[in-house]
Amino acid sequence: MNFDLDDGERALQQGIRDVCKRLFPIDRVRALEAEPGGLDRKLWRELGDAGVFALRLPEPDGVGLGVTQAVLVFEELGHAIVPGSLISTHLAAGIVDGASTGDRIVGMLERNRTPRLVGHLEAADDLVVVDSEGLWLIDPASVKGRPVPRPLDPLTPMHAVDDLPQGERLAGGEEAARWRLDGAALVAAMQVGIAASCVEQAVAYAKERKQFGRVIGSFQAVKHICADMLIRAEVARAAVYAAGVMLDDPSSGNAPRAVAGARLLAAEAAVANGKANIQVHGGMGYTWEIDAHLYLKRAMLLQTRFGRNDEWAEEVARTLA
Amino acid sequence: MDLRYSESDERFRAELRAWLVRVLPKIPPKPALEDWPARRAWDTAWQRTLFDAGYAGINWPRDVGGRGASPTEHLIFLEETERAGAPYVGVNFVGLLHAGPTLAAEATPEQKQAHLPRILRGEEVWCQGFSEPGAGSDLASLSTRAVRDGDHYVVTGQKIWTSFAQVADYCELLVRTDPDAPKHRGISWLIMPMDSPGIEIQPLRTIAGSTEFSQMFLDGVRVPVENRVGEENDGWRVAMVTFSFERGTAFVGELVRTRALVEDLVTIARSTARNGGSAWEDDGLRRDLGHIAAELDALWALTCRNITQAERGSGVPGLGGSVFKLAYTEVRHRLGDLAMKLLDRAALSMDDFDGIESGIHVERWMQAMSLSIAAGTSQIQRNIVGERILGLPKESA
Repeated sequence: MNFDLDDGERALQQGIRDVCKRLFPIDRVRALEAEPGGLDRKLWRELGDAGVFALRLPEPDGVGLGVTQAVLVFEELGHAIVPGSLISTHLAAGIVDGASTGDRIVGMLERNRTPRLVGHLEAADDLVVVDSEGLWLIDPASVKGRPVPRPLDPLTPMHAVDDLPQGERLAGGEEAARWRLDGAALVAAMQVGIAASCVEQAVAYAKERKQFGRVIGSFQAVKHICADMLIRAEVARAAVYAAGVMLDDPSSGNAPRAVAGARLLAAEAAVANGKANIQVHGGMGYTWEIDAHLYLKRAMLLQTRFGRNDEWAEEVARTLA
Repeated sequence: MDLRYSESDERFRAELRAWLVRVLPKIPPKPALEDWPARRAWDTAWQRTLFDAGYAGINWPRDVGGRGASPTEHLIFLEETERAGAPYVGVNFVGLLHAGPTLAAEATPEQKQAHLPRILRGEEVWCQGFSEPGAGSDLASLSTRAVRDGDHYVVTGQKIWTSFAQVADYCELLVRTDPDAPKHRGISWLIMPMDSPGIEIQPLRTIAGSTEFSQMFLDGVRVPVENRVGEENDGWRVAMVTFSFERGTAFVGELVRTRALVEDLVTIARSTARNGGSAWEDDGLRRDLGHIAAELDALWALTCRNITQAERGSGVPGLGGSVFKLAYTEVRHRLGDLAMKLLDRAALSMDDFDGIESGIHVERWMQAMSLSIAAGTSQIQRNIVGERILGLPKESA
């Protein structure tokens, strides 16, 4: 049993961590709010060069890795709250031309999910619509949408879609189901990244902020909040890594159940840690200026992607019956 | 990363499974809960059976008579014995799961020779004399005194939560040997024979009605100095080794059992009438069970990670044990509450009721309350996680 990162995986993790530090420091991420569609094409291209989208395409066009490794990459993207249609562009690699290199930004929509909201519509070159029948390709220009004036996550501009064409069929129901499963695992990875980042932020602040003449992290009331944050992140991370491994190697467990559980626990960890981080930061945590709210809001956004928590809990329960 | 077992792991599993199928039908029925001599005999007989088959001290090093199994094989052992319904470690708990491993790591060759083979064969039962009425979470403030008198320590004081004291041969005992030193630096770790004069045992009844706990009164008990493990006044460090074993692997078997019990609750839910249908048709209850199953899956994955790290590292469990214990006990509380909600009035009987196998769930609902207290309360675990993993400063004393 080798259920911990091997040397190659550690190098991959460090590599993507460095990319995120270089391309997406939090000030740069915040500045993306002013860009059309909330994205910067040059940065997107660099993510493509780093292999984020081609990661699971077979060589020589892609990097030839599995979901096991992809969750490590998406955990780091979540940790840095890199905005954009990262998961859909990654999933579209090999299906939609130009996705794998970062030349085209591929957004996505779940057809039967209401209200029908789509993120980064103005930046999208293609839209993939997912329903139980399959995957459908749509030209974003053909979509009639109204901008949401004040999106909850300021770094993810949203449109409400009134009219959605059927689109060109890309793949069938089986591929759509796999898209949903892989996507859920990658969302869960990003949620773990957010949960872990919130632990780091809260702990760093608790070590420096002083009240009553000592740092607040020395008080058990604050320390225990931080400890609970770590537990949530660690438990969810173990679940997400297991889901990645099982998707690649179905003989090692019940992959759909593992994905469902991981997605459920990671969503909860991200939201709970996002809130706890604000609590530890006190009044300053409630200000726009401090970054803490951006992590919580992204956590809320991700929680609504690839199914709802109650659906995933239901899916785990179904495997018990 | 993978979650695959190697060929030799699978071979180990197959052999163990075949052996369990052969021996388990021959085991006599379990004695009554209150009959401690019979329980000792039953538990130690199983230990002897394990020993004869080469499965005793599965994770103990080979040079002290253990099997020297890898952490993965240890995991397989716990998984398969639990799955097959093999006897639990019972009165051998302290000897096998923490006193023994502590001796293996810290004791002199003579001490190891005197105790480890006998623990492995089921000939020696141990109890734990750590907590005191005045020293629970603040264990290092313990006040049981050991005064040197020639080649003996004379021990006087009071211990509590001494599991299986009434049938134990030896006690792993923490005593204060230097009352003037700072509290962590005046403690020693002793092996106390339980037949020494001056020991009085008073059983304690738990909320579950069981009597494995005792209070132990020590009045001038003479313990040979050669029974000290580690240096004089270095007992706190030795105790930390004990804790790492206590928190590290002691809960893995528990986790396997709990996962099986979730499946049993589903069966109960399907046959329990509720709101014109079955309880399983209740969306809230069903999803709560799904949620708990997801958490237990995650804890299994966390265990696999801890095992991998142990395999690559020193063999002494790391701080991952605190993370696991904290998360696991929280799940157990919620699972217990959910079981009680499902059982409803059937939960008012501590035994199975009207053909529903409810007794075990009621018992474990109560047991969950001990899990978040024993071996370091959840609050102490949070301090450990906060201070030793996250690096937050101690609350000044």
